[in-house]
Amino acid sequence: MVRAVSRRTEFRIGLVLAALVVGLAMVGPLFAPYTVTEFVAIPYSDSSSVSLLGTDGLGRDVLSRVLFGGRNLVWMSFLSATLGVAVGASFGLVAGYVGGRIDATIMRSLDVLLAFPSVVLILLVVSMLGTSVWLVISVVALAFTPSVARVIRGITKEISAKEYVEAAELLGYRRSSILFDEILPNITTPLLVEDSLRIRWAITLLAVASFLGLGIQAPNADWGLMINENRAGLATQPWAVGAPAMCIAAFAIGTSLMSEGLSLTLAGIEKSTVSA
Amino acid sequence: MVNSSPGAEVELDTNVPGVSTVSPVRRWVGWLAFRLATGLVVLWVVTALVFFATQALPADPAQAILGTQATPERLDALRDELGLHRPVLSQYWDWLSGLVQGDLGTSLFRDEPITDIVGPRLVNSLILVFLSAGLAVPLSLLLGVYTARHRGGRLDRVTFGIGMVLNALPEFVLGMLLVILFATTVFNWLPAVSLFPTTESPLSHPKELVLPVVTLVLVPVAYLYRLVRASMIDVLESDFVQMAYLKGIPPSTVLRRHALPNALVPMIQATALVTSFLLGGTVIIEFLFRYPGLGSTLSDAVGNRDLPVIQGVVLVYAAGIVTFNVLADIATQLASPRLRTGGP
Repeated sequence: MVRAVSRRTEFRIGLVLAALVVGLAMVGPLFAPYTVTEFVAIPYSDSSSVSLLGTDGLGRDVLSRVLFGGRNLVWMSFLSATLGVAVGASFGLVAGYVGGRIDATIMRSLDVLLAFPSVVLILLVVSMLGTSVWLVISVVALAFTPSVARVIRGITKEISAKEYVEAAELLGYRRSSILFDEILPNITTPLLVEDSLRIRWAITLLAVASFLGLGIQAPNADWGLMINENRAGLATQPWAVGAPAMCIAAFAIGTSLMSEGLSLTLAGIEKSTVSA
Repeated sequence: MVNSSPGAEVELDTNVPGVSTVSPVRRWVGWLAFRLATGLVVLWVVTALVFFATQALPADPAQAILGTQATPERLDALRDELGLHRPVLSQYWDWLSGLVQGDLGTSLFRDEPITDIVGPRLVNSLILVFLSAGLAVPLSLLLGVYTARHRGGRLDRVTFGIGMVLNALPEFVLGMLLVILFATTVFNWLPAVSLFPTTESPLSHPKELVLPVVTLVLVPVAYLYRLVRASMIDVLESDFVQMAYLKGIPPSTVLRRHALPNALVPMIQATALVTSFLLGGTVIIEFLFRYPGLGSTLSDAVGNRDLPVIQGVVLVYAAGIVTFNVLADIATQLASPRLRTGGP
């Protein structure tokens, strides 16, 4: 599996892109010439020897803010996606294996969440409970739960019908141990694919949340927030918006290509893609 | 798939349409009634969720609205206005019965009926959604069918690459890049924001519509065209299409008569998905372009802590999505002959 994935071109390109962005976000602060709140030059000044990418609307160094502004997006997207997959998969496993009324109850209740666009869900919860990093992470995870549960439920149903599961049932194993010892090990790969897919969506949602001012709060540096803060000066200082926009874009495209590569490998010899 | 037992009960399970065999029409009506009923139940649960999440969850909504600096008198006045002294269930009942009569309450911030605020902006948002869907769906159909027929060709590979990138980009990043490209530095052709009075129709401001609509079209096309392409390839490789080719039917006729109708069903479901996706996308795009729609109303209301407006707008969004999903299921039933007639 690992070898097959690493042979795929899109996965390789994606890995390089995503690794670059994660590297930039993690190591970047060490190389930042200024702090995120320091006044460097007059607002929206062009790039100069003082500040390589110019300054933002409050005269702060854009380059330093870009170098600092990715950390939160990186760890929050990994965490919220994984949390969403964990919760969704637990529901999906139970629903798919137990079946019957419990299955129907779980799935119908989760379906109600699908009636809210994710962004609206975030706006609703944050407007009620205030902006906190953990709250945003939880809501993003919550938004993923129904669709993850649906995917995992389908796979679990398939596996539950297999002989080795039936054998374990006939041998009188407890249901919980069948779930953990027989079914769970067999869905690790789909779980991985699902997680990579969700990381990619988490990046979008989290960037949107901070763009709307619901995530990381000023004066901290954050890519989504920077885009919103410096929109007014777009005509004079496009870098203040363009640089963080490109970072988010590279991160989203990188992770997206990786999850694409993963799921295509899993699908085996695909017919619906251009050969890579 | 079908087991004939005359006089069997109507099987009201949406997961397995076409299992029982009463008269197809009766079963279809039964299915329809069931589907509409589930939609209503979901909406009812949504009203409860929205109400209790906003009104009951925080210890004191009045405090949340006015902030910590508020005087006790003002807090009391607002609690009175919101009806917070009464039991939660009776508050909910009043709110719900108002809803059923088309009354969403009054805005705290603007002191106007919420329906008056939401109405015209909902129309503006729907114009955005339908314009984008109206462009995105035919465009993806054309692209999908063309690239499926010319699989591996140059256009196919180029579209595939571009589609992958577009599909990965968050809408607001794409929108921002388009603004940088077409509205400010490189080409100064279009307005960067879509500011116009809510009393005027967006359709009379075509220039202001271009960038929001283009942004909203590009993302779903990237996803939808691949779906069309995949299902077209499936159909084109199936036995009956191969058979049609062998019979000497011209390729364009095979495509139109045999392949396309079969690729339609996944397309319809995807269209509904995309429409709900677009509805969510308008929130961000409207905020980005300052377009006077439902989404900007919501983000303003969140900024102003205008509780009744937040409740109302969120509910309108949920109602929209539930409606689109029900319509999609109905269209799917109508489009697939097997499901419609109950035949094998």
